[in-house]
Amino acid sequence: MTDQLTQAQAETQAQAETQAPIATGATTAGTAAVTTAVTKTRQSQRVVSSRKVFQQIIRRDLRVAMRQRSDLLNPLIFLLIVITLFPLGVGPGPDILGRIAAGVIWVSALLSAMLGLERIFRDDFRDGALEQMLLLPVAVELSVLAKIVVHWLLTAVPVLLITPLLALLLNLPVQAWGVLWLTLLIGTPILSAAGAIGVALTVSLNKGGALLSLLLLPLLVPLLIFATAAVEATLAGVSPAGPLALIGAFSVLSVTLAPLAVKAGLRVSVN
Amino acid sequence: MLLQGRELQSVRGERTLFSDINLDVTSGQLWQIEGPNGAGKSSLLRILAGLLPPQHGAVLFEGESIEQCRERYYYDLLFIGHKAGIKPELTAIENLEFYAAVEGLEFTQPPYELLAQVGLVGLEDIPAQRLSAGQQRRIALARLWFSQTRLWILDEPFTALDVSGIALLHERFQQHLAHGGAIILTSHQDLQSMSYPVQRLTLRYQH
Amino acid sequence: MWRWLHPYAKPEATFHLVQKLLPWFLVPGIVLSVLGLVWGLAFAPPDYQQGESYRIIFVHVPAAMWSMGFYVAMAAAGLLALVWQIRTAELALLAIAPVGAVLTFISLFTGALWGQPMWGTWWVWDARLTAQLILLFLYLGVMALYVAFEDERAGAKAASILALVGVINIPIIHYSVYWWNTLHQQSTVTRAITRLEAPSIAPEMLYPLLVNIVAMMLISAVLVMLRLNNEILRREIHRPWALKYLGIAVSTPAATTGKE
Repeated sequence: MTDQLTQAQAETQAQAETQAPIATGATTAGTAAVTTAVTKTRQSQRVVSSRKVFQQIIRRDLRVAMRQRSDLLNPLIFLLIVITLFPLGVGPGPDILGRIAAGVIWVSALLSAMLGLERIFRDDFRDGALEQMLLLPVAVELSVLAKIVVHWLLTAVPVLLITPLLALLLNLPVQAWGVLWLTLLIGTPILSAAGAIGVALTVSLNKGGALLSLLLLPLLVPLLIFATAAVEATLAGVSPAGPLALIGAFSVLSVTLAPLAVKAGLRVSVN
Repeated sequence: MLLQGRELQSVRGERTLFSDINLDVTSGQLWQIEGPNGAGKSSLLRILAGLLPPQHGAVLFEGESIEQCRERYYYDLLFIGHKAGIKPELTAIENLEFYAAVEGLEFTQPPYELLAQVGLVGLEDIPAQRLSAGQQRRIALARLWFSQTRLWILDEPFTALDVSGIALLHERFQQHLAHGGAIILTSHQDLQSMSYPVQRLTLRYQH
Repeated sequence: MWRWLHPYAKPEATFHLVQKLLPWFLVPGIVLSVLGLVWGLAFAPPDYQQGESYRIIFVHVPAAMWSMGFYVAMAAAGLLALVWQIRTAELALLAIAPVGAVLTFISLFTGALWGQPMWGTWWVWDARLTAQLILLFLYLGVMALYVAFEDERAGAKAASILALVGVINIPIIHYSVYWWNTLHQQSTVTRAITRLEAPSIAPEMLYPLLVNIVAMMLISAVLVMLRLNNEILRREIHRPWALKYLGIAVSTPAATTGKE
């Protein structure tokens, strides 16, 4: 780190020297001073690496999210409330609850995911950062992937943290907790990836979530089926490896193909 | 030839905004796109920036279609549109650091002088959303002071700026042109009195 | 390459091509529909187990088959629209979507009608019915997305992307739904409905069914073609060729807008 800094400073000096003739040509010396505050990695050959852009987008978006934390918390509270409503609706008998727990948790997770989904691109669309993202000198798919990763970190990780609580509230037998958690871990990237497609298509419309849910929920049916099947298999004493592998495959497929669709969708939306 | 527009046409809904627009931008040139509201000035800029596909025609960067050399083009393009891309939750410095980093640059120290240059002294640590429209605009335009890109496409850069801000921007334009850069902008301002030559392209409102 | 093609040359050519093809679909479509329905409803023997009520397969099965086929066709049009920027393909997608949705609805509706005497209930979470229901949602999504856009071309592009995402997903959805269905125990009655569609179906029932399948395709294609040409005319109403076709004297553009 310190090594990098000193190198950067050395370059500043070198640049100040090369900039000297420019400074005399410029109307104010102040501008020249300002220009020297920036270093190029190599004179006139700055390098824009994909990895760096990817990291920068993630860093910026996490920082933005940390300054509006209530947006992150609300879907989580919604999830908890929906989970609370089920025992009230179907009765608190532990056998009923335990049987429907996996399905209820997953359906609730899908619904709560729909709530906060628009965040992926909505704010960026409004303030113009989305346009700037499309104008970055790296593949758009890469920037989109960064947005998907950020969304997953901000929405799925909190859900993963409170999963034991949800399982507890719904009397899910303890031997299935691990599998439920695993389904959420490998299944939630699908939510973020498919969600990004839906939001990319609808971000320029001021229609809100209903349309988004209509577009996305049918596409997420396989996820729900595989996830609940995995938990049920565990409860029945069968290996959940099959459905888990299916979720994994679906997840890999979604995350790799979604950026292409998102890119096409954003092109339509920024017009 | 830095940037060329060839027979560009844009259609919005049923209405043809413009057609057969040709544009040759060489380094050292400033192009001002003029025309009444609704004539398609912003659309032309967005087409040139590759954000909007033209209905007909092509945009070439150094002789190559911008779709073919997308990454090379965007490496050398700075576009500031109507919406400037400043995150309201972040401070001026955080915003600028991001845009410097994705251009492959790095601030060795927080760019206080730069902010002082554009008249944002003392506002470095305030989230952009608490600043006025003009101040937010200045954050976006501050990118011009460190950007190493050769081509700037600016949509109404003078809006929401005060007299000193406008003078500052003119000065920066002049430097950029003197270093072989090129600028395409839309503005209602009369730029003819400036010390640098201005090429003009006038779009007419078409029914 | 498409960029250098005049964007308005295409719809006109498509319009005339479709006009020429239309009778070749319409006439056989009507003939085969009448033949297939009369044969199936009046002359085919009753099923030994289901009696007369099985005859609904002559509508149900073709509708179910083509509801899927038209989704694939719609996605293919979407691909053309996106990759080669063919404007007529956008219009084709929009022409296909409601027809496909209606086919899906017919298959669901007739499935429910059939289910009533068979299972004693209108709806059973049978794999086929469930998959059809999800397919209907996919169609509705594509249509809802299109109408949500004010700009018709942007809407068509967005709908194309969604249709493509959907068509990649359909095999996964189908697989998952069928798998889900086998996981949860299936009543023996549910299987009765699928038995008829197995290749073991008696030839006296199979031939009228095949005729109906072809007829349904032709009639649906005719509907798509009519919708497509209406849409082309509507979009091109100001162009001389469209006015000429409609028999409106070309005077001033103002006069024609009044006509519209």
